[in-house]
Order: sequence, then structure tokens, then C-alpha cells
Amino acid sequence: MGDKRPRSFYILALFFTAYVLFLYGPMIAIYILSFQGPDGGLTFPMNGVSLTWFGKVFSGGGIVDIGAAFKRSLALGLVVMVITVVLSVAAGMAFRKPFRGASILFYTAIASLIMPSIITSLGIALEFRLIDDFINKHAADYGLGWLAEGHTTAMGLFTSGLGAHLTWTLPFGLLIMFAIFNRFDGRLEEAARDLGATPWQTFRHVVLPIILPSVVGIGLFGFTLSWDELARSSQAIGSVNTLPLELQGLTTTVTKPDIYALGTLTSAVSFVVIFAALSVILVLQARQRRQGSDAGKGMV
Amino acid sequence: MAVTIDNSPETLAPAQSTLRKMTTRSIAWLQAGPMTLVFALFFLLPLVLVVIVSVWDYNEYEMIPALSFRGYTDTFEGCVANLPELCTILKTYLKTLKLCLLTWALTLMIGFWVAYFLAFHVRSKTWQIVLSLLCTIPFWTSNVIRMIAWIPLLGRNGLVNQGLVGAGVINKPVEWLLFSEFSVVLALVHLFTFFMVVPIFNSMIRIDKRLIEAAYDAGASGWQTLVNIVIPLSKPGIVIGSIFVITIVMGDFVTIGVMGGQQIASAGKIIEARLSALQFPAAAANAVILLGITIIIISALTRIVDVRKEL
Repeated sequence: MGDKRPRSFYILALFFTAYVLFLYGPMIAIYILSFQGPDGGLTFPMNGVSLTWFGKVFSGGGIVDIGAAFKRSLALGLVVMVITVVLSVAAGMAFRKPFRGASILFYTAIASLIMPSIITSLGIALEFRLIDDFINKHAADYGLGWLAEGHTTAMGLFTSGLGAHLTWTLPFGLLIMFAIFNRFDGRLEEAARDLGATPWQTFRHVVLPIILPSVVGIGLFGFTLSWDELARSSQAIGSVNTLPLELQGLTTTVTKPDIYALGTLTSAVSFVVIFAALSVILVLQARQRRQGSDAGKGMV
Repeated sequence: MAVTIDNSPETLAPAQSTLRKMTTRSIAWLQAGPMTLVFALFFLLPLVLVVIVSVWDYNEYEMIPALSFRGYTDTFEGCVANLPELCTILKTYLKTLKLCLLTWALTLMIGFWVAYFLAFHVRSKTWQIVLSLLCTIPFWTSNVIRMIAWIPLLGRNGLVNQGLVGAGVINKPVEWLLFSEFSVVLALVHLFTFFMVVPIFNSMIRIDKRLIEAAYDAGASGWQTLVNIVIPLSKPGIVIGSIFVITIVMGDFVTIGVMGGQQIASAGKIIEARLSALQFPAAAANAVILLGITIIIISALTRIVDVRKEL
């Protein structure tokens, strides 16, 4: 193929640009509109410029307790992130050796990924409903009367909610681990072993530093997917709501730009996390390139 | 490390290797165990419960653990009696399939060309990463916000209507832009084209570039190369992307709810409605039906590819 760009390049470049505009245009519109003056409405043109609507969100004036939902989502997102990273790395390591049930676990993860969210959510809601019914009716029979006393539901942010989020984030984590180990040079581990490293030392000092940038990527997926998760949480979160659920509820009732302000804030958190994660990945990769090999540096 | 035991390899090797095999296996189990446990507790068990409860009886406020097909018969109520007229459930499924088909066709077209551009036209690795990230970042932000974002554009007084009225194309704002099937499909395409781009790009990037050069050298036109080389070799990606998009849209109730102004029925919304009425067995029966239809579509899709592979 020649060096000159074919005509199809320019057509497709235009198409790609249009796609990117389609992706970002609407979002940028609400970011702009959230900075409207106090008389602003839901559409353009802008009616003055102010931070009124952000103030409304923070003071909680008019809308539900957003501050609490914000903290709940943040806490849940962080827990989901940590669990996703740890469990995915561990399972990713397991898949490098043959073990019974490996393909069952793999297909379960894929099924969990493509299962329509409402079904997963319904199933978890059902499971906890049955647990509640059981506790209320039978706990006393087993001398566990104290458990039923005042029991309302076992559902909650960090029980059913956490589980629902993990069914969504873990498959991504596992697939990323597969991608990592597909191009991982196993001879590095053999070398470590030959030099007398224990399995843990091999993991800690050889494997982990190499895969670390991608592990940060798993964390990024874990947090952002949980932070924005809606469909799977919808039936399985219990009595309190996460931020996306509150936002969804607001879409039918709110006619003021405070919903845009809330959207802008939520996105701001996502963007901070995305750029922090990407910067960490870049720094780690740069460090790997600098220190990746000590060949020719003499004895240390 | 300092301890050295004189163990002659001849005598100890078999025992050691069996031992090592056993420890390797148990280590693998320890490593995969936690994830397996999460899926067992929050995915497999719930699915089994859905299937079991779908054949339970129920009344206004609780489920009754007794065999009953009420969940199913209630769902298909009037389907036979009202025949040539379609009953609600069939109408709803037809509508869901229609939205699904439209979304699938559009995401496939857009996703294919975006992936094609990234894989074959962007030559530097850095640019490829930067442009891929540009496509991925919205995926890491909230779906609800990306839906709300259409309101200022498509609403009655939105930018599109303002522009069209201003340009004299129409004389009063059109209503069908927002809270309609149009806005639902638009939002679905907006949200989920990403799921098409990634697997197709993944397939395309693995295509040996020498194949394309060979085709070029043999005198194939760009179109012939596309049809005879690129599309067949991208098929796994196309099928995986299609499975993602179809399963998401078939079960969707959030996008259809928000962008349809809570007015459009869908397979997912039936389940949601039954659940909010606390009719767990009815919701479960609908979930089983939805699951069945989704599995049929997926197996049909995977068959298409396998058949082609054999030829």
C-alpha cells in the first residue's frame, strides 16, 4: 500500500469525527446548561451564567438527599473496585494452570456479562426476599429468634447491592486478565523460580510489577462501572438508592437545570477517576520502559 | 533458602511431581475460589431461584411455594381467546424485537466503520490508543446522564427544533423527537455502539496485514478486499458485538423507560412492573420467557458463524 492516503481515509475520518461528536456533543450540552442563571430552563439558549444549580444540589433544596446518595455510591464504588481487582487478579493467575471447572467458571463469567440485567437483578432480589421470608418465619425454630427480632431485610448496599455490581464488574476484570496473560512471557517466572524465588516472591516482584498498569485498568473499570451502574442495582439495592438510581428517578419529576448540575458533578467524578487512572498507567508504563531491563548496567 | 537437603532426584522425582501437581491444583482452586463463590451466590443461585419461583403460586402480597403455572398463564392471558388480535405480551415482544433490530443494524453499521477506521487507517500506535480512548471514555461515564443529555437537543424547544424552525424546514416544533421510539433507538445507539466497536476492532487488528497487501497486489479492488477478506475475518467480532447489543436491548428497561417517557412497553419493563407489584412468580415467569428468547437468538447467531467456519 502506498504512502498516499486513499480517498476512503478522508471519508472514514469524517465519519469517525461525526461519531465522536455524536458521542460527546449531547454531554457537553448539559455541562454547559448546568451553569445557567437562576431563571434558566432545560433548553438553550442559556439564561445567564451562574453556579445557582450547583448550590441547589449541595444544599439539597428541592431534590432528594443527593449528598448521602453521592457518599453511598462512592463507598460502594471503592469496595467494588478493590474486590474486583483482587478477585480478578487471583482468578487470572488460576487460569494460567489447568484446573477442574476452569471452563465452567469462564462460561459463567461470560453468561453473567451478557445476561439481561433485569434478570440478574430480579434473581438477586428474589434470593434476598426468600432469605427474609425464611428468617421471619423460621429463625425462631432454630433458636435464632434474636435474628428475626426487628428484622426487616437482608438486602442492602453492601449485601445484595454489592453482589449485583460484582456480577457486572468481575467479568470485565477477568477478560482484562486474560488479555494480559495472553502476551505475558512465562519465562520471566521460570527465571525467578530458577533463582530461588518462592511463588509469592515471584508474584510480588516479577509478575505484579509487569501487569500493574493493566491492574490499574481493572480498578478503573471496577469503579466506573459500579459508580454508574443502574439496571442491575434497580431491584437489588434495598431501601436506599445509589446516585444513578436517584438521577433516574429525577428524570421524570425535575424540570429545572439542577438535574444537569447533578449530571455535571457525577461526570466530573468519573472524569477525575478516569484521568487519575490513565495518568497512573502512563507513569507506570514509562517507569517500566526506563527500568524494565538492567542489561548492561553492571552488577547491582 | 539456605537449607539444603540431599534428595537424590531419581528417588524423589515422581513423588515430588505428583505433590507439585496437587499443590498447583489446590493453589489454582484457592485463587479462582473467591470469584467462583461470588458468581455462585449472586448469579447462578439467583438464576436457579428465578426458574423455580416462576412455577410458584402467588397472591396480592406474597409468593406461595406451591406448583402453579399462574405466572405463565397470567402473562399469556387472552392470547388465544382474542386471536386474530395480538395480545399485550406478544405486542410488547414484537415492539422490543423491532427496537432491538433497529438498534442492532445501526450499531453494527456505525461500529463496523469506526472499528475499520481505527484498525486500518490509523497507522501510528499512539494515535490508535488515543482515538480508542476517546471512544471508551463515554463508556466509563453514566448512562443516565448520557440519556438526559438528549433533552436539551431533542425537546420541544430543543436545539434541533429551534434549528429546523429557524431554517424554515418546519413551521412548528415536532414532538416525536423526544420520548418516542425514535429517541429510544437514538439513545440505545448512542450508549451501546461501543459494545460493537471493541470486539470488531479486536478481530480486525488480528488480521494479518500481509493478506490485505496480497489481495491488493493480486489486483483486488478495495471493495473486493473488504467483502472477501476483512468482513469474513471480522465475523467473530461482529457476532460477539451483536450478542452484546442484542442481549442488552432485549432486557433493557432503563433506556426505554427514560427515553420513552415511561410510555413504551418492553420485555424488560414488564418484569420491572410485575416486580414493583411484588408479583415475584409472574416477574420470574417473564424473566424465563425473556431468557429463552435471548438464548434462541444467541444460539442462532453463534450457529451462523460456526457454519461459515466449516465451509
